Amino acid sequence: MALAERPRPGVQPLWIERIPAAWWALALILLTMPAWANNFILFQVMGWTFILGMIALSLMFLAGYGGMVSLIQMSVAAMAGYMMAIFGNSGMGDISMGLPWWLYLPIAIVIAAIFGTIVGALAVRTEGIYTIMITLAIAAAFFYFTRQNYTIFNGYSGFNLVVPPELFGVDWRQPMPFYYLTLGCAVICYAVVVYVSRAPFGLALQGVRDNPRRMAALGFNVTAHRIAAYTFASVIAAIGGILLVWQNAQIAPGTAGIPAVIDILVIAVVGGISRPIGPFIGALIYVLLRTFSPDVLLAFGLSGERFKLLIGLGFLAVVFFSPDGVLGLWERWKSRRDRRRDPLTGADE
Amino acid sequence: MTLVEDSSADRLGSVSSGNALELRGVTKMFGALAAISDITLTVASGERRAVLGSNGAGKTTLFNCVTGDFLPTSGTIRLFGEDVSRFPAYERIRRGLRRTYQISLLFNGLTVADNVYLACRGVSRGRFSFLRPRENDALLTRADELIEAVHLSPWRDTAVANLSYGQQRQLEIALALAGAPRIILFDEPAAGLSPTERSELVAILNGLPGHIGYIIIEHDMDVALRVAESVTMMHNGLVFKEGTPEEIENDQEVQELYLGDGHE
Repeated sequence: MALAERPRPGVQPLWIERIPAAWWALALILLTMPAWANNFILFQVMGWTFILGMIALSLMFLAGYGGMVSLIQMSVAAMAGYMMAIFGNSGMGDISMGLPWWLYLPIAIVIAAIFGTIVGALAVRTEGIYTIMITLAIAAAFFYFTRQNYTIFNGYSGFNLVVPPELFGVDWRQPMPFYYLTLGCAVICYAVVVYVSRAPFGLALQGVRDNPRRMAALGFNVTAHRIAAYTFASVIAAIGGILLVWQNAQIAPGTAGIPAVIDILVIAVVGGISRPIGPFIGALIYVLLRTFSPDVLLAFGLSGERFKLLIGLGFLAVVFFSPDGVLGLWERWKSRRDRRRDPLTGADE
Repeated sequence: MTLVEDSSADRLGSVSSGNALELRGVTKMFGALAAISDITLTVASGERRAVLGSNGAGKTTLFNCVTGDFLPTSGTIRLFGEDVSRFPAYERIRRGLRRTYQISLLFNGLTVADNVYLACRGVSRGRFSFLRPRENDALLTRADELIEAVHLSPWRDTAVANLSYGQQRQLEIALALAGAPRIILFDEPAAGLSPTERSELVAILNGLPGHIGYIIIEHDMDVALRVAESVTMMHNGLVFKEGTPEEIENDQEVQELYLGDGHE
């Protein structure tokens, strides 16, 4: 959809008619899932998919539209989770302040966004591999800091019993409410990213990705634009981080350990970073592998601990065969199918 | 939102000076090499100047210093009376300066319409807007007019990567015309164009409103002398001669140095 699409002559279809059938089918499946899927699928598979998808979506926004591969997104998510535990309620009564949810949620998101913005301000002056290195270094520092600091972050053990508030009389940690909560947040984040990608801010970010020097020569402050992209992505990661802590009911340094940081990159790359749906595809693949590969491995008489091996091999295969992840494979399959058709009649040869 | 960008229009009143551009002793060193040294140059508002010179004469470096792609090592650059020597590129652009690049610097992943829209947006408010423009947005209309002006309307929804070389050069010009330009630097806009495309380019340049001045780097004397009122010859990073096209064309030294070379 081009931003500058002008109304074509003739009758315009309603926006609702322009949504492809596949999206309707997907919406139907996702909305009715609690009716036919068990709680394990709802909570452990889909819940995790949406949460990791959101955090990877924040990376996709920076990497796909901004050309900035940031490894700080998981740390930003964890920062939001920590702040929620510190300002809200947890099992650690000495540290947690017990503020009401309508106060600790915005505080958590704002602090995480500030954290992401500061990291962004440091990272945007670098390019390519240096961006990766600087964000990885800060992510590692965040991990060790939270593990060693007991006064604020409660060190090694972190915070337990961090649960969502009982709003509208619903226990949001029950599988079905939590499923709809994460689905709702994921859909909103996805829709906002799609919308912003065609708004001046997102379009300019893609301009910065393609040609920063030219953007400056068009009157754009490239540095400010990149930093703002980090802020925006941090808000998405923060929402994912809050849901992640509710999912686990706890947060500890390992939540944003180096393996978790790398996992987000793997999810985004496997799914594909060219479009916002990619991270969710990657997250689903990752969660399915993580959840079911131990069973598969055990069936073959191998140790169930080796599921990361499968993920690693899958990652290698995808990167090898398609630099743009599963999305790239899909696009290639589609273009090959279209090419086989007769260009005039559309019939298969 | 108005069609003509407010920011430049405001400044037009506040900083009034007869000169669009004044360079005083501008030097740019790359290590020990002076790409340009002690350039002093004045271009009046609305003036159309050609810069000639062989490869390595420092013409593009001069442009890069004026737009802020590089900061000069020494010297001052005044844009409409205001000292912009230390300003970043985007601040100079917002003051009515525009440029095109010798090697097209475009946004390959975006369509023609998006490229021009970005150029229009860059010199107006709302650069950080999270709201998509409406269909009757003035900047979209302006972008369409610019696309029309450089004859790219049939390709407005084509990705830049799929445009021909000549079309990319035309798009370069459209980007430079966005907003309310007051002085434009054209870096070899005719390079690589076919004869037809060249006459189109000359038509576009001569059709620009009178208040828009420009400096054009051009190897093709034919094009340069048809679109410029005055000529600056550069050689080895120095201003070598200044004059009207006729004076330069008939100058003995210039002929030896430049025209002579070209006909060998």
